Amino acid sequence: MTTAPPAADRSPGPSEWQSAFDAAVAAEERIEPRDWMPDAYRATLVRQIAQHAHSEIIGMQPEANWITRAPSLRRKAILIAKVQDEAGHGLYLYSAAETLGVSRDELLDKLHAGTQRYSSIFNYPTLTWADVGAIGWLVDGAAITNQVPLCRCSYGPYARAMVRICKEESFHQRQGYELLLALSRGTEAQRAMAQDAVDRWWWPSLMMFGPPDDRSAHSAQSMAWKIKRHSNDELRQRFVDICVPQAASLGLTLPDPDLRWNEERGRHDFGAIDWEEFSQVLKGNGPCNEQRISQRRRAHEEGAWVREAASAHAAKRRARETAPTGRLPGSTTGRPADRTAAPKGAPAS
Amino acid sequence: MTTHWPLWEVFVRSRRGLSHTHAGSLHAPDAEMALRNARDLYTRRGEGVSLWVVPAAAVTASSPDEKDPFFEPAGDKAYRHPTFYAIPDGVKHL
Amino acid sequence: MTPADTARSTDAATAPRLTGEGAAAALMLGDDALILSHRLAEWTGHAPALEEDVALANISLDLLGQARTLFSFVGDEDELAYLREERAFRNIQLVEQPNGDFAQTIARQLCFSLAQELRWTAILDSADCPTPIRELAAKAVKETAYHRDHATEWTLRLGDGTEESHARMRRGMAVMWRHTGELFAPVPGLPLDDAALREQWLTALRAVLAEATLDLPEGPDADAWAAGGGREGVHTEPFGFLLAEMQHLHRSHPGATW
Repeated sequence: MTTAPPAADRSPGPSEWQSAFDAAVAAEERIEPRDWMPDAYRATLVRQIAQHAHSEIIGMQPEANWITRAPSLRRKAILIAKVQDEAGHGLYLYSAAETLGVSRDELLDKLHAGTQRYSSIFNYPTLTWADVGAIGWLVDGAAITNQVPLCRCSYGPYARAMVRICKEESFHQRQGYELLLALSRGTEAQRAMAQDAVDRWWWPSLMMFGPPDDRSAHSAQSMAWKIKRHSNDELRQRFVDICVPQAASLGLTLPDPDLRWNEERGRHDFGAIDWEEFSQVLKGNGPCNEQRISQRRRAHEEGAWVREAASAHAAKRRARETAPTGRLPGSTTGRPADRTAAPKGAPAS
Repeated sequence: MTTHWPLWEVFVRSRRGLSHTHAGSLHAPDAEMALRNARDLYTRRGEGVSLWVVPAAAVTASSPDEKDPFFEPAGDKAYRHPTFYAIPDGVKHL
Repeated sequence: MTPADTARSTDAATAPRLTGEGAAAALMLGDDALILSHRLAEWTGHAPALEEDVALANISLDLLGQARTLFSFVGDEDELAYLREERAFRNIQLVEQPNGDFAQTIARQLCFSLAQELRWTAILDSADCPTPIRELAAKAVKETAYHRDHATEWTLRLGDGTEESHARMRRGMAVMWRHTGELFAPVPGLPLDDAALREQWLTALRAVLAEATLDLPEGPDADAWAAGGGREGVHTEPFGFLLAEMQHLHRSHPGATW
């Protein structure tokens, strides 16, 4: 009974795998977790999705900073719901990363150790209530500009997470804009607060799109793999063009004397970005780098005993459930009645 | 002591009459907490009326390498589809 | 959380108004919900697992929604939340207690949500309670059942988890227990059998604690008397700081719209 050739002879060789992968990407098909993929593609995705997830989690901090001081109950409810969404988005993204064979714990360890990054924007402080609005309008606005194309990313789980996130995030930007509008139409002090926040967040928001195309380390390969769909500069330009009329409607100015409409290009020209500041913040020299990571680390460490307790409890329960009860002779695997409303029986579709 | 909470796959029934659909995954120490976490994470905006959580380790999946033997044989059996059959014009309810 | 929940929960112009004892009752229950919501929201970004950040925020939002609806029966929600002095707040002292560690927060949640669920259920069943409050109870009782479930599940895991978690949960109950004495102090305008509710509460609490291998506190912590009583506007020291933080921005801009 050895007529079948050894399995290895039938399976495709690495070059065939590579061409199947290339063909799938070229045909706009999605790559799914169990498909073969080049190691570098996997590593790029892990790096990018982890960084994205970390950004959601660290990004909770600057806004949560204002939850206890929100100036109206309506604003307070909105802000809690928004920061909660960010935790949720982090969780969706960690799940997507886990389909690539890394664990969330591993990724969190790397975040805490400083070996994986998060978006530099969250290393700036939220000094006034208006900063909550500026983050919603500008930071979330920039994030959405970046994220919408990711809904078509070649990696299925990442694309699906992004669809969910983009759908939920649509309220984030609007609430920020509405918040700034209320300030801009409010008292003199409120108006000044709004303008000050926009002045401080505008340039860091433009930096969120990453270094210019000619200095972007990962761009070309990511575009070829259809992880990325548009260049950093293209997305940045798109964002500026969107923001200029929105700022006018707010009655606020953008802090760039070189910002003007270019008839010929049909787009806005804008001033030079201070890439030195960008690289300093990236290197860890931003106003809040240390604070953000220590808070994250502290929450994780102080929560360790809680996570351990839950694991220990689950282990005890498993042991109790599989222990012979004496009441059912011969049965050692009988399950006690469920205390909860978990679905009973086999899930029939 | 392990602090690693296992991974669970979450299925949501968005409304009665539809089947549960895979929504994503999450970590939880046990099934009860997984169900509660799933409620908070995947139905915050009223997306569901029923939830299943399944330990990710309990899922057996077909291998992409076996895609051809698994799924190609079904590709040439057109007679399983109603459009395979020619019916004279004017015959109704068929 | 639907978009409608983040809007002003009841349009101030069309909200039913309560006066006298009915208004006093709405304010007491509203202050409980507002202040506990505030404490729970403080966990955001600090919870022991990301899943808990989401869960605690959900509970906080439910309570904030209840508070806003209750305030709408009395007056302007922001005036009530931001412009009253400490002595005018009518919440019980339990809800203003600092979060402490996760076990203390869960102990506070267990004591409060068990009581709140019993009270909302009794309000729903009592034709003598003000109609607007009964209408809210129909929604709140479901929310609170979930809060009680969350607190119960965690009490079981912490109580019957590791040695450390057991000790912390025991300590958490002791810390919160001394502030539970006024949980069932009669609320004017809500003619309920408070003594019977308290008995039911004790029975339910004992059952959860027993399953979690815990008891009601004994010894010096056993006495759950309340020194002053939040219902009379006498609070504990941490409450002033909570209000200072919560009200500062609003009060810095008198008359402003946000």
